[in-house]
Amino acid sequence: MGDILLQLNNISVVYSDVIQVLKGVSLSVEKGHIVSLLGSNGAGKTTTLKAISGLLKPENGEVTDGSIIYKNINIQNQSPEYITRQGIIQVLEGRQPFKYLTIEENLRVGTATRAGKPYKEDLDMVYHYFPALVPRRKSLAGYCSGGELQMLVIGRALMAHPELLMLDEPSLGLAPLVVKEIFRIIKKINEEHGTTIVLVEQNARMALQVAHHGYVMENGKIVMEGMSSDLINNPDVKEFYLGMAASGIAKTYKDVKSYRRRKRWL
Amino acid sequence: MDFFLQLLVNGVCVGLLYGISAMGFVMIFKSSSVLNFAHGELLALGAFFFLALITWAKLPIIVAFILTLVGCFILGFLIEKFFLRPLIGEKLIFVIMLTVGLAAMFKGFILLIWGGNLHTYPSFLSESLSLNLGAIHIAPVYTATMVISIIFLVIFGLFFKKSSQGIYMRSVADNQKAALSLGVHVRRVFALSWAIAALVASMSGIVLGVMNGVNVHDLSSIGLKVFPVVILGGLDSIGGAIIGGIIIGLLETFTGGYLSPSLRDVVPYIVLVFILLIKPYGLFGLVEIERV
Repeated sequence: MGDILLQLNNISVVYSDVIQVLKGVSLSVEKGHIVSLLGSNGAGKTTTLKAISGLLKPENGEVTDGSIIYKNINIQNQSPEYITRQGIIQVLEGRQPFKYLTIEENLRVGTATRAGKPYKEDLDMVYHYFPALVPRRKSLAGYCSGGELQMLVIGRALMAHPELLMLDEPSLGLAPLVVKEIFRIIKKINEEHGTTIVLVEQNARMALQVAHHGYVMENGKIVMEGMSSDLINNPDVKEFYLGMAASGIAKTYKDVKSYRRRKRWL
Repeated sequence: MDFFLQLLVNGVCVGLLYGISAMGFVMIFKSSSVLNFAHGELLALGAFFFLALITWAKLPIIVAFILTLVGCFILGFLIEKFFLRPLIGEKLIFVIMLTVGLAAMFKGFILLIWGGNLHTYPSFLSESLSLNLGAIHIAPVYTATMVISIIFLVIFGLFFKKSSQGIYMRSVADNQKAALSLGVHVRRVFALSWAIAALVASMSGIVLGVMNGVNVHDLSSIGLKVFPVVILGGLDSIGGAIIGGIIIGLLETFTGGYLSPSLRDVVPYIVLVFILLIKPYGLFGLVEIERV
């Protein structure tokens, strides 16, 4: 094992003092790796990311138990201003561009954690990864396509020089080809910059292809973890996330039974 | 015809001033959705600070002007820090009620020190500033207003379009959650928008004081005039505030000139009703960009 960059120890998250969403989540992220977090809707993936990035507070959520250690510092329940300045940037789910700012102005907001420093080189770096943004740089983000916006928000996060980049469902609502392109770029960023990436995905196949390590969440708990290659071949993961029958052949609708076997993990 | 042109010039000058003071109001609304009912009082505070500095402290005009602007900038910061920050996360109506309270407090403070009478600044604008274009005579104060307004507009235009801080401010107004996720200091942006709002309010307060004399009731009622201006221009458009200001300024001077001076405060509201019937978001209100 290499250096551990981020370590979550048994954290619980409660919203509005009553709604418990995470029930003891532990995970560790190795420096320079891509770690993917899989799970169905409502499993607590986004909440886990928000607990790390400090964005729980505006939503009245709180880490009530456990600890989040980043580079040997305890960061749970810190303000997002502080956490982003430590080098953790979360890309929110559902592409949240600044609609009334141009693409280039959007990218410039990414420099907020190191305001006043030169940013021209970083702009070039983002345009190098996402050449599709170049012809759109002067147009309002509100008028760009979904794929362009996804590239924009990832690029905007890169402007902050993150050490840990957390991507929440980058494939949401995009065409398969665009998804492929985005994952290729995510891989490239990881390899060229050594940026550690935590990837939350519904598209398990894509995520496991680029990730080194994977965690499966259900009902606010981690139910399985392992190397991506192991997870891809795990019969349960295959059946529930990759749409394969346990034997490894793609399921056809002909064979689907009228009831669905429900997996009880624990 | 000459009378018309004369009114036109005066109207544009007054309107620019309304527009700029409305800009401060819009800025607070855009970044934090707070309607600032103390805007007129901030305007009056600026005018009275300036009065104190030139009559009591006998400072040169330019120094007094700059000191007032700086002082009000800091005052804006302090208002945000001590009164608004503790209310972050509370219901918006509480924050708006707080600004009503602030308005009463500032007004009381001014009445306590200066009383409710009309004060005037010693005249300091040189006659050489007056312009004669054919038959139109532009009084020095109007020329000065025009120049100062345009300088302010250019500075703020550049600030919001080019500087990083300006772009951060716009990003908070646009999508607060995304701004937070990128590490934009949202509370600092709120504070800065209050500071800038107080600064432009004090600037327009001083100029209005030079124009019409300094009286706490008159000046704070300008705060009410900000409402037709911003609603006309669209509550969330800074450019709209300027154009709305010019329209209201023109309406006022034309009604005053052609109909009756006593109607000048009413007609803008009547026009406002008609414009809102046609364009409910105001002339330049944000048209929601919606991706389908």
